[in-house]
Amino acid sequence: MSELIQRVDLIFGEYSDQKYKVLEEALKRPNDDIIKDLLDSGLKGRGGAGFPTALKWKFTAEVPSDEKYVVCNADEGEPGTFKDREILSRVPRKVFSGMAICGKVIGSNKGLIYLRGEYKFMLPELLKELDTYHEHAKKLNHNFTIEIRLGSGAYICGEESALFESMEGKRGEPRNKPPYPTTSGFMGKPTVINNVETFVNVLMICRIGPVQFRKLGTTDSRGSKVFSVSGDTPKPGIYELELGMPLFQFVDEFGDGDTKAVQVGGASGFCVPRKKFKDTIIGFEGVPTGGSMMIFNSSRSMYNVLHNYLDFFEEESCGQCTPCRVGCQQLRKGIEAVKRGEKPVLYLEQLMKLAETMKITAKCGLGQSVANSFSSIVSNFKEEMIY
Amino acid sequence: MPNNQDNLIKELVGTYGRERTSLLPILQGVISQKNFISDFDMTEIAKELDISAAQVYGTATFYSFLDTAARGKYVIRICKTITCDMHGRKEIIQTIENMLKIKVGETTQNKIFTLLETNCLGWCHKGPAMLINDQPYSELTPEKVHEIIAEYMNNNRR
Ligand SMILES: Cc1cc2nc3c(=O)[nH]c(=O)nc-3n(C[C@H](O)[C@H](O)[C@H](O)COP(=O)(O)O)c2cc1C
Ligand code: SF4
Repeated sequence: MSELIQRVDLIFGEYSDQKYKVLEEALKRPNDDIIKDLLDSGLKGRGGAGFPTALKWKFTAEVPSDEKYVVCNADEGEPGTFKDREILSRVPRKVFSGMAICGKVIGSNKGLIYLRGEYKFMLPELLKELDTYHEHAKKLNHNFTIEIRLGSGAYICGEESALFESMEGKRGEPRNKPPYPTTSGFMGKPTVINNVETFVNVLMICRIGPVQFRKLGTTDSRGSKVFSVSGDTPKPGIYELELGMPLFQFVDEFGDGDTKAVQVGGASGFCVPRKKFKDTIIGFEGVPTGGSMMIFNSSRSMYNVLHNYLDFFEEESCGQCTPCRVGCQQLRKGIEAVKRGEKPVLYLEQLMKLAETMKITAKCGLGQSVANSFSSIVSNFKEEMIY
Repeated sequence: MPNNQDNLIKELVGTYGRERTSLLPILQGVISQKNFISDFDMTEIAKELDISAAQVYGTATFYSFLDTAARGKYVIRICKTITCDMHGRKEIIQTIENMLKIKVGETTQNKIFTLLETNCLGWCHKGPAMLINDQPYSELTPEKVHEIIAEYMNNNRR
C-alpha cells in the first residue's frame, strides 16, 4: 500500500491476551469517566449518520427507567457495505464487550443484536462465541445478557425505529421522531442503538485511551474506519484506514487507472466524479460514508448505475409516506422517459426538484437520501442520462 | 398433512412464546422448515398469538424472505445490485435458467428449486453472489454455478 494511505489495525487488531480483559477493567470504572473518554475521543457513529456516541449514551443514561436496552445494528443493507459481517466474524468478542460496557454505562441488562437475514449462516459461530461471553459476564458479575434477532430481507429495517418495530414483531415501518430512541426505543424504553463498528470503537477507546484514538483521523473525523471497497478495482475487499483522507489518494490506491466516479456511502450516498476527486475528503467534513466505496471506470454507464439504485429504493421503500413511495417510482420512470427521448432534457431539472422535495418531506432517512445519489449522478453525468 | 403443520406451529410457539415479539421468529421458523408460509399456517399462528390473521399476513408480506407463495425446497436468490450486475449477474442467471428450465420468479415442476432475485447480499467484493436458502455463494462464474446447482440436483436425487 502506498505511503500516503495509512493502514490501521485497531478494529481488527489482536484481542487482548486475556479474554474479556478490557471489559473487566471498564466495569471497575465510574460511568462518567467512560462517557468522558468517549467525548474526548470524538467518536461518531459508524452506521452513517455520525451522531456523537458519547452524547447518545449520556442522554440514555440520564433517563430514569426500570428497563433499558442496548441494540447492535447489524442489518448492513446499504449496497456496497459488507464490513459488519467481517467484524462480527473476526472480532465478535470486541462487539459483545462494547455492548456490555454500554449496558453498564446506561444501566441496562439486556442487549440485542439485529442481524440481517442474509447473514443467518453466521449464527452457529456467533452463538458459540456468545456462550463464552455469557460465561465471562457471569464470572465478572456483570448482569448483561445478549441475544441475537434475525431480520428477513428488508433494507429499511436498518433504520433504527424500523428496526425496533421489526424486533417487536411488526412491519418494519419507521416511526415519527421525536421521540428519539434515547427516551423511547425498543418496546418504548430508553435504548442505545449503535452500529457494529461503533461498539468496537468504544472498546478500543477503553483499551488505548482517547488520546491515542484521537491521533487517528482529522478534527471532524476521529479514528479509523473500515471501508468496503468494490466495483472496478484490482483489489476489492475490506480495509481499515484513517478517516479524513482525500478521495484522490483513495482512487490512486484502489482505482484501476481509469476511474470515472466513486459512489461514496452506498446507494444513499454521493457520487463523486473524477474532476472532484482532488477536493473531496472522505469523512464527516466532506462526504460521509458508512464504509461503502463503489468504484466505476469509464466503461460503465452512470445511467445504469442510477437506474439500479432507483430500482433498489423503489423496492425497499416501506411505502408508508407518499413522497418516498411515489417519488422513487416517478424518478425511475422519469429518467427512463428522458432516455427514450419522450421527455426533454430540461425534465431532469424537474426530477432533481422532486428529489429535493423528497429530502424535506419524506418521513425517514431512506426517502430523504434518494436525492443524494440522484442529484449527484444526474448533475455530473447529464450526457449519460440523455444519450 | 394438516396434523404435522399443526405441530410445527405449536412447536415454534412453544419455543418463542405467544407475545407479539415472538411473531417474527415464528414466521422465520416456518420458513426454515417449509420455505414458505401458507394461509393455513398464518391463521394458525394468528390463533396461537391471539391476533388477527390480517396482522400476521401484513407482517409476513412486508419481508422479502418471508415468502407467502409456494416455494421449492431450495430457494436461489441472485444478487442484482450494481457490483454483482457489473461482474456478470446476467450470465449466472442465464446458466441457472437453462439448467432448471425456469425463469426468475418461477419454481421447477418437481418443487425442488425456486429462482429469485434479491437486493445487495453484502458480497460486492466477490460478486456475483447468490444465496441458496441460507448458504451464500460468491465469486460465481457460469462454470462454478453449474457445478453448485448440479450438486444440489444430485443430492436431492439420492
Ligand atoms: C434506510 C436506512 C438504513 C439504515 N441501515 C443501517 C444499517 O444497516 N446499519 C447501521 O448501523 N445503521 C443503519 N442506518 C442508520 C441507523 O438508523 C442508525 O442511525 C445507526 O444504527 C446508529 O448507529 P451509530 O450511531 O453507531 O452510527 C440506516 C438508516 C436508514 C435511514
Ligand atoms: S421515507 Fe420511504 S422508507 Fe421512510 S417511511 Fe417514508 S415510505 Fe417508508
